[in-house]
Amino acid sequence: MHDIKRYLVPVSLEEAVRAAAEGDATLLAGGTDLMPQTRTGARSFSPTLINLKRVPGLRGVSRENGNIRLGALTTVTDVLNDVLLREAAPVLPETADHFASDQVRNSATIGGNICNASPAGDMIIPLLLLDAVVELASWNGEAVETRSMPLEEFFVGPGRTKRQPGEILTAVRFPVPGEGFIARFVKFGTRPALDISVVSIGVAGVKENGTLRRVRMAFGAVAPVPVRGRTTEAAVEGRPLTAETIRQASEATQEDISPISDVRASAWYRRELVRTLTTRILNDVSTS
Amino acid sequence: MSVLHSIRFTLNGKPVQAAVPVHLSAIDMLRDVFHLTGTKLGCGEGECGACTIIVDGVSVNSCLMFAVDCDGREVTTIEGLRTDEGLNPLQKAFVQHGAVQCGFCTPGMVMQGTALLNRRSSMTVEEVRRGIEGNLCRCTGYRKIIDTIASALHETSSEEIS
Repeated sequence: MHDIKRYLVPVSLEEAVRAAAEGDATLLAGGTDLMPQTRTGARSFSPTLINLKRVPGLRGVSRENGNIRLGALTTVTDVLNDVLLREAAPVLPETADHFASDQVRNSATIGGNICNASPAGDMIIPLLLLDAVVELASWNGEAVETRSMPLEEFFVGPGRTKRQPGEILTAVRFPVPGEGFIARFVKFGTRPALDISVVSIGVAGVKENGTLRRVRMAFGAVAPVPVRGRTTEAAVEGRPLTAETIRQASEATQEDISPISDVRASAWYRRELVRTLTTRILNDVSTS
Repeated sequence: MSVLHSIRFTLNGKPVQAAVPVHLSAIDMLRDVFHLTGTKLGCGEGECGACTIIVDGVSVNSCLMFAVDCDGREVTTIEGLRTDEGLNPLQKAFVQHGAVQCGFCTPGMVMQGTALLNRRSSMTVEEVRRGIEGNLCRCTGYRKIIDTIASALHETSSEEIS
């Protein structure tokens, strides 16, 4: 059934991208999506399996040149416990705390959660709020080449990204949030743990005198890809966070989303949830 | 058939080696290659926790793990908890508190409870509840399981104090 011809465990990034450049390869990080997807047949292996675990420098959180950088192999547990993130971007550890279960968090990686490109990928929402950029490494024939792309532009559809064959996502980075930055994440599912989000919502911005500026809204599981909510952002930007602003913003969400009906919820219910949860999350922001 | 890859790792304290198909899951290797059938396959997608094992000190779902990722690591299954005196204190506590009904989830619950014990010397009942949120008990005997792990944590920390 599974017919993997070649298994590679590169021990440097150069070795990894050179192997990826040779052609059709499946990349293994935490394995928590790859294993069940290949077992059920939802996805098949390419002839080459490249295990990225031994590539040095891909795991960990660092701060450099005003940016925070998360290596692709950083686990969700790493994010949950990271001291730097808890101080500089607590919305990431807070989201990690709602991610799956302890066992899954210990294996699942940030890079894997991004590349799996689920519309419901939990870690993607706070990263969108933080204006994150992904780093993609490849072999240009002579050296390792890295290009960057805003995370928001990275997703093409469910399970599909702009990562080219031969490219390896090595990291995601974002500017260190400034003074007054606040961010919130909520997800809704039928079971507190492990459930794939029926909807998830994030809001962020800089709060001054009851007004939110540089507003970021992001929605998960209500469109083919995780999306920024630009119509909602415009309804909130620079306005006093009054009950009327929040009501208008909650209505504006409906322009930003295009949910479908599936086993977890109907499109109608998802629209209602987004309206209600947006009201709730903005109320929380207005009083915090 | 996928290519085989040779791995060496520590399994329940003993060095072992195996040549495994590279697509094989850790649980299939444990059960079919090493015949350690204490680890149970429930859902096969990381939802139920029956397959929980401990790798390098942290709990993982062995159904989501590639067997090749055991290479060079320290793996503990339910069979590895047994001490020279028999059941370990957490296992005894499960028996004493009657925290077992059909028993299918028990190995995973004990392994996750062990991981929690390794991590923290004390935990509230609520923290234990959160700690086992990745483990399902279809008999729904959660109360006794949570109380058992909480009591074992308490006893461990009292021993440390005394």
